[in-house]
Amino acid sequence: MNLGKNSIYEKNLSRRNSEINISSLSFLFCEMVSYCHSNSKSISELENKLNILGYSIGAKILELNCYRENILTIKKQLKRELKIIEILQFIHTVIWKNLFSKMADELEKSQDIANEFMVIDNNPIISQFISVPRELKQLNCNAFVAGIVEGVLDAAYFQCTVTAHTVPRDGHPLRTVFLIKFDPAVIERENIRYGY
Amino acid sequence: MSKAVRTAADEIWKNRVEKINVELFTLTYGSVVSQLCRDLNNNYCEVNKQLEIMGENIGVRLIEDFLARTGAGRCNSFKETGEIISKVGFKIFLNIVPQVTNWTDNGKQFSLVFDENPLAEFVELPDDGKAVKELWYSNVLCGVLKGALQMVQLDVDVSFVSDVLRGHDQTEIKLRLIRYLKDEIPAGED
Repeated sequence: MNLGKNSIYEKNLSRRNSEINISSLSFLFCEMVSYCHSNSKSISELENKLNILGYSIGAKILELNCYRENILTIKKQLKRELKIIEILQFIHTVIWKNLFSKMADELEKSQDIANEFMVIDNNPIISQFISVPRELKQLNCNAFVAGIVEGVLDAAYFQCTVTAHTVPRDGHPLRTVFLIKFDPAVIERENIRYGY
Repeated sequence: MSKAVRTAADEIWKNRVEKINVELFTLTYGSVVSQLCRDLNNNYCEVNKQLEIMGENIGVRLIEDFLARTGAGRCNSFKETGEIISKVGFKIFLNIVPQVTNWTDNGKQFSLVFDENPLAEFVELPDDGKAVKELWYSNVLCGVLKGALQMVQLDVDVSFVSDVLRGHDQTEIKLRLIRYLKDEIPAGED
């Protein structure tokens, strides 16, 4: 490991050059999807591959954002959310804003199933790059973002699976629901800890 | 000319480009490279090749975006091409302006030297002793340049010379003009 002066650990967390052309990301993302597509036999396999790619960056994003939120702001303390609802709000606002320059549109709890939550984005940036061919109609490339969310939650000790579903609404044809299904143990822990 | 080009590129970057946080891009690229390393069993030479192929696919499409945004005409010389790649191409896509340097006397080869590289932020190569010798982490850039230039009739050999990730002093990509391609009629559909 390089621990010299120029190592990544010595670099400033807040950076000057913070923006890039959205086209560059779209080109990269398209290549990524087509690479995964060429190695997959089914849509679910393709979505799974995209999920894995997202998952691996989720943990990094959590750490980076926790440091930024807490150390670089006035709070000067390192804090990580412990309640389900708080970590979800953190994702809905802080993480979404950092990744996509906007907040997610809705955050909902399933009425019927105790361990299911939903983060909803009316116009996900990733979908704007992709026109899905008819034979892949069920594909939602936001599986990648679902992977990121899963990675963030897992790194924060909220084991879950996250899937992306297209649920269009008037005026929002690309509206995507990120369905978060927590491991029952997570719910149990929360009940013990906070006595609901 | 140089200054006018720079101002025009700044104007395009400011007003005609939709932007996004660079970190999503950086991390996404990192995720792709590490997945390739896994898929190809850490055969870094193969990873370099695959990254170059992906880059070429991007390049042949990116040139359309570039021409549409800039309305740039044909360059009069390879020297001008070098300036445009750095001051306009890199500026509007990655918001960086690499230095154009190390021209050979015949004007057919130059280098781009990068002070910053958005692909390689937060990156450390695996310390297996092999990656620092074999992997060109940002090799996708070579592919992009090659693919894009091919679409404007320039057959160019593009390769990394050095990379700070490998512990070198600077990150440098070398571009060598092989030949001008003739305007060929595209192969028919049938």
